[in-house]
Amino acid sequence: MKTTVDHLLALGDDALIAAQRLGEWVAAAPELEEDVALANIALDQLGAARLLLTYAGELEGAGRDEDALAYLRDDREFRNCLLVELPNGDFAVTMAKLLFLAAYQLTLYTALSGCADERLAAIASKARKEVAYHLDHARLWTVRLGDGTAESHRRMQAAVDEIWPYTHELFLPDPTAPVDPAGLRAEFLAIVEPVLAEATLERPADDWAPEGGRRGLHTEHLSYLLAEMQVLHRAHPGARW
Amino acid sequence: MSGCNTCSVHGHHFPEPGDGPASGLLGQVEAAEAALRAAAERGRPGAPDGAAGDTDPQEYFTALIEADQKIEPRDWMPDAYRRTLIRQIAQHAHSEIIGMQPEGNWITRAPSLKRKAILLAKVQDEAGHGLYLYAAAETLGVSRDELVELLLAGRQKYSSIFNYPTLTWADVGAIGWLVDGAAIVNQVPLCRCSYGPYARAMIRICKEESFHQRQGYEILYTLAHGTPAQREMAQDAVNRWWYPSLAMFGPPDRDSTHSEQSMAWKIKRFSNDELRQRFVDMCVPQAEILGLRIPDPELRWNPERQSYDFTPPDYAELMRVISGDGPCNRQRMARRRRAHAEGAWVREAAAAYAAKRAARATAPTEVAA
Repeated sequence: MKTTVDHLLALGDDALIAAQRLGEWVAAAPELEEDVALANIALDQLGAARLLLTYAGELEGAGRDEDALAYLRDDREFRNCLLVELPNGDFAVTMAKLLFLAAYQLTLYTALSGCADERLAAIASKARKEVAYHLDHARLWTVRLGDGTAESHRRMQAAVDEIWPYTHELFLPDPTAPVDPAGLRAEFLAIVEPVLAEATLERPADDWAPEGGRRGLHTEHLSYLLAEMQVLHRAHPGARW
Repeated sequence: MSGCNTCSVHGHHFPEPGDGPASGLLGQVEAAEAALRAAAERGRPGAPDGAAGDTDPQEYFTALIEADQKIEPRDWMPDAYRRTLIRQIAQHAHSEIIGMQPEGNWITRAPSLKRKAILLAKVQDEAGHGLYLYAAAETLGVSRDELVELLLAGRQKYSSIFNYPTLTWADVGAIGWLVDGAAIVNQVPLCRCSYGPYARAMIRICKEESFHQRQGYEILYTLAHGTPAQREMAQDAVNRWWYPSLAMFGPPDRDSTHSEQSMAWKIKRFSNDELRQRFVDMCVPQAEILGLRIPDPELRWNPERQSYDFTPPDYAELMRVISGDGPCNRQRMARRRRAHAEGAWVREAAAAYAAKRAARATAPTEVAA
């Protein structure tokens, strides 16, 4: 029930790694409006990450600030879910990732905004409004692509099929967390399933359920992502930027 | 998107006293905005609602320009005026879009989370500037799709500066300080451009650009006062970006092909060389505060001219880069073409979905009618 550093890192790392992946889209989006939108969503996620990591550092009390946590931990110390670290793929994969992440974050932040930890509740309350927009954006694209052309339908279904297994990890039980994610899956499905139906997409079966991110066991992708993100900061130890 | 993202993310105290390196120019933007309002209040010469009545359209157009009134989309205008504006606004819009690449190159590697956020916001602003410049061009009767095709086919240009590579983090600072600084010097007079939609777009853009310049200046200031390696990185970036930035003002006045007519039409207000001089005079004191050296041994104050003498950029190099042989022309265009091609199925899907929705929406109405 009490907020721990690990819980804050899980929340903050989800947001940070999601922002890092979205940042890779800059100047490569399918249209100019989408460059604006993806950068905007990346900025929101990065903003939430900074608040959460700063709080984690203060709670830990070892003098680590947001940058020390973002730039000087190795992949085994990151607590993000696997879903956010997966490569962007095509635009359909990126939208599938965003749809599931935003639906999860919306239910989680909504629950956290009423939790006893006032500082965490305030962060969650701010972030909740932002992810409601992210969800809306991903929902619109999922429907457009699913119910667009034969080609876009094929790609969107493939993306949903590819990403769906990684949603299970989001709801692994954690009775010690400020909000136990296990209780949020029904709400998540109530958001996501109607979107898939409207998009004329099949909801994948629940079978393979890869996990490990919350314990620092990641996919092979994360250390490459971190190598890129951390390279400059680590090349100049102690420098200010 | 409302307002400038860079400034809302920024929220940091500036190391230099005053409002930052572009504060004087920002005053000029506000003056241009006030002049625009005053002109609207004065009303147009002759026909108050813009209808030309019996007057010859060419004469009325000239009268509007002479009275410092704005030409609006519905007004008659000479074909050459329209073509010049389309070319200039499109080139400006394309520059915003291609300009996202060299800076975007450092988003994933920005050395602190705060810098990452500011850079993301800045690049997002640039996409937004591109959007409203394309919208301004569309008021002249050309579509954004047509303009994008012209860019991808290499038939319209973008600013040659973006054909140089961003090799280190300090380049992000140098682009902000020098490239955005040069852009502001170029663009502030455009806030008084005779074509209304362009003038209004430029007022909005210049206000945001001044924050962009400020973030670059702040990056360089921090590096110049950091470790020896950071300081070296900053000086190296200024060394590489100085002359290409001077070249942003275009060829010298004696070789400039479009200038004279554009001046008469009040699209352009100052010559290339005048603006280049203004930029140099602005940068020298700023470089002193930064503690960085401008790489020009001939740079010195000329009390007679009340300006700095300086070495002009290599205009032959400028021409080579404009004609396609800069270090990154091929890379920038390939990236733009790839994004456009890889996004085609997404745009087609959006159009197909919109058509299906429209069909569904009209079908029941027809039955009801």
